[in-house]
Amino acid sequence: MLAPLHSVNTSQPPVTHFPPEHCCLSIDHLSLAYAGKEALRDLTLSIPRHRVTAFIGPSGCGKSTLLRAINRLHDLNEAVSHSGQIVLEGQDIHGPQVNVTELRRRVGMVFQTPNPFPMSIYENVAFGLRLQQRLPKRKRDDIIEWALTSAALWDEVKDRLHRSAWQLSGGQQQRLVIARTLAVKPDVLLLDEPASALDPISTLKIEELIRNLKSELTLVLVTHNMQQAARVSDYTAFLHQGELIEYGPTDQLFTNPRLQRTENYITGRVT
Amino acid sequence: MTGVPADTAPSRRRLHWLDGLWPWLCAASVALSLLMLGALLTLLLVRGLGHFWPATLEEVTLRSGETFAGQAVREVALPQQPGDERLYFTGNRDIESVRWRWVAIDDIAMQAQPMDLIRLERSPWDDFIGRLVAIEQHDQRWEGDAAWQQLTSLLALPVSQRPDSQLLLITASGQAVQQPLANVVSAQAPNAMTWRQKTLAWSQSVWRFLSEGPRAANTGGGVWPAIFGTVLMVILMSVIVTPFGVLAAIYLNEIAHQGRLTRFVRIGVRNLAGVPSIVYGVFGLGVFVYGIGGSLDEWFFSETLPSPTFGTGGLLWASLTLALLTLPVVIVATEEGLARIPEAQREGAVALGATRLEMLTRIVLPMAAPAMLTGMILAIARAAGEVAPLMLVGVAKLAPQMPVDGEFPYLHLERKFMHLGYHLFDTAFHGDDVQAAIPLVYATALLLVLIVLVLNLTAIFLRHYLRRQRGSEC
Ligand SMILES: Nc1ncnc2c1ncn2[C@@H]1O[C@H](COP(=O)(O)OP(=O)(O)OP(=O)(O)O)[C@@H](O)[C@H]1O
Ligand SMILES: [Mg+2]
Repeated sequence: MLAPLHSVNTSQPPVTHFPPEHCCLSIDHLSLAYAGKEALRDLTLSIPRHRVTAFIGPSGCGKSTLLRAINRLHDLNEAVSHSGQIVLEGQDIHGPQVNVTELRRRVGMVFQTPNPFPMSIYENVAFGLRLQQRLPKRKRDDIIEWALTSAALWDEVKDRLHRSAWQLSGGQQQRLVIARTLAVKPDVLLLDEPASALDPISTLKIEELIRNLKSELTLVLVTHNMQQAARVSDYTAFLHQGELIEYGPTDQLFTNPRLQRTENYITGRVT
Repeated sequence: MTGVPADTAPSRRRLHWLDGLWPWLCAASVALSLLMLGALLTLLLVRGLGHFWPATLEEVTLRSGETFAGQAVREVALPQQPGDERLYFTGNRDIESVRWRWVAIDDIAMQAQPMDLIRLERSPWDDFIGRLVAIEQHDQRWEGDAAWQQLTSLLALPVSQRPDSQLLLITASGQAVQQPLANVVSAQAPNAMTWRQKTLAWSQSVWRFLSEGPRAANTGGGVWPAIFGTVLMVILMSVIVTPFGVLAAIYLNEIAHQGRLTRFVRIGVRNLAGVPSIVYGVFGLGVFVYGIGGSLDEWFFSETLPSPTFGTGGLLWASLTLALLTLPVVIVATEEGLARIPEAQREGAVALGATRLEMLTRIVLPMAAPAMLTGMILAIARAAGEVAPLMLVGVAKLAPQMPVDGEFPYLHLERKFMHLGYHLFDTAFHGDDVQAAIPLVYATALLLVLIVLVLNLTAIFLRHYLRRQRGSEC
């Protein structure tokens, strides 16, 4: 078991703090609206480095919206307005000196539904690499093998790397997308319900993958599966209607939630 | 059931009756369309290709004692009295001053198909139908069968190597004429030909039709310059319209703010596709030919003024006008392709650190390529058959020079060019001999259909290939 990184401020509402050396990402009074319709309201939380942080909450509560805010995908949508700060490794991601494409490389994102590109498996994983710099083929091949191995996909696809990625099964596609993201060596990996459409075996593979990746990067996981959050995450945040309701170490939040609403949600009672 | 109101039952039964019928209605309309299409193609094929088949020549003796030779073309009922009359193509306009003859069937006393009747295709005159008596070359002379053999061997030589010879001919009515060999394009004795020889002769005339220039004010000869002009113009048009249309579609779909103005522009573009093509021709004439072309002449070709270089209709202006005409088609098709690409694909690329341009060039454009090609296919299909605007901006009845030749800069964009569609129109209505034009009109129409088909198929195969390469269906 990992040593706890946090300290708890017992004032109301309770806030989980991480000392700067353990804090990877801190979100500060973030509010976000789609065309004036509020999706996130005054969110403040920080995410520890080399840990898995899970976001849970009912559908439509803003989990995906929050993940997208972290790698500035909302920039593509003119209708989105936001206020507040997101600070990654001490730097405001909306700051003037930040290079958005470099930020997005550092903050990898795996989407709710697998979205492999219509190219070969190899080219999918090489996509991000080709954007970076010209690598000798040998080196690129090595990185691709490493990424596919890390995503627990190598053995299944090593004989058909040049076949279309769209021929893979849903679970394989999801792992391919993870490998594609890993190939560019991100510091943070955002996973939006990576196992929502998968069978139990593939789900277990992905969970194991998440645990293995923890030593190399910071993970943020959105899930609707309480057992999954309990199994793989170190910290859990419960969101409801765009607000952060409760945030704390996973075992504590699941066994001893401070708020009744959290307990209701975890135990499946209608709120 | 008790809860169901009683009056719903009959209406349900009626729907059932329609249920059995509607697939048949749909199938019938498909069948009807196919039937009409098939009829069109059959007509073009039979009339167009049949024209080149070596037709049997008949020697006809009338009750009046007059004799002539010719090819029977068709029969119609006589206008006032009972019975039919038959149209013969007799040729020999230089000798007998008519080339067609209507003869009442009842007037025919005797009808035969002698083996020695021949038909000469001549230039500048039209066909000769009659008999070959002899060939004279300097002091040599061949007669009878030997003359015929000598003639075929002479015609097998390339034109430049044919010696000076005189053909002594006689018409069916007994009039003797002399004809220099240089005027003869080809010779046939169709009544003496076997099927194999006829097939060979047929393929040769089809080939000459495809590969030679027109003769006799477009009522004879081939259509090669028109084929070339049509294809070249369509290719130029595609080269111009595709990048423009694709860029415009990308702007509308990917870059522009999706507000009221963009919607307005989009509706405008869609409606442009419905503007009559002659209007584009007027625009091309006013803006491209007189406006831009006139200015170009003033700036760069002032030494040749007042005779215009670019200030008159030409290949470039025609291609540009048609590009403008087909631009909406390309824009709409490309936009539809772009809109079909899932947002997740774009986000996936961007989330890996791609810039907007990288996302466009590496994900969006390859995925939209089949749609762009669809746009191009539709553009080609529309442009290849368009005639009206071309008449204003550069098509010619007879272009003195081809738009591509060995002379620098090889591609002459300012030249007028020939076009199959216009050639068809001109042959059908502007020739002095409508009867002779009819089979050529069919043949040209068939060719136009085939060319549009080939151009389209090329683009379709290209699209298929792109899709296969990607292993995707989008
Ligand atoms: N592109 C968008 N435009 C407008 N509103 C949006 C958009 N995306 C999300 N929303 C709204 O924002 C709110 C939060 O959506 P979000 O996708 O973040 O929910 P979520 O927590 O991820 O839900 P789920 O668990 O179902 O994925 C919802 O009310 C949703 O309707
Ligand atoms: Mg979501």
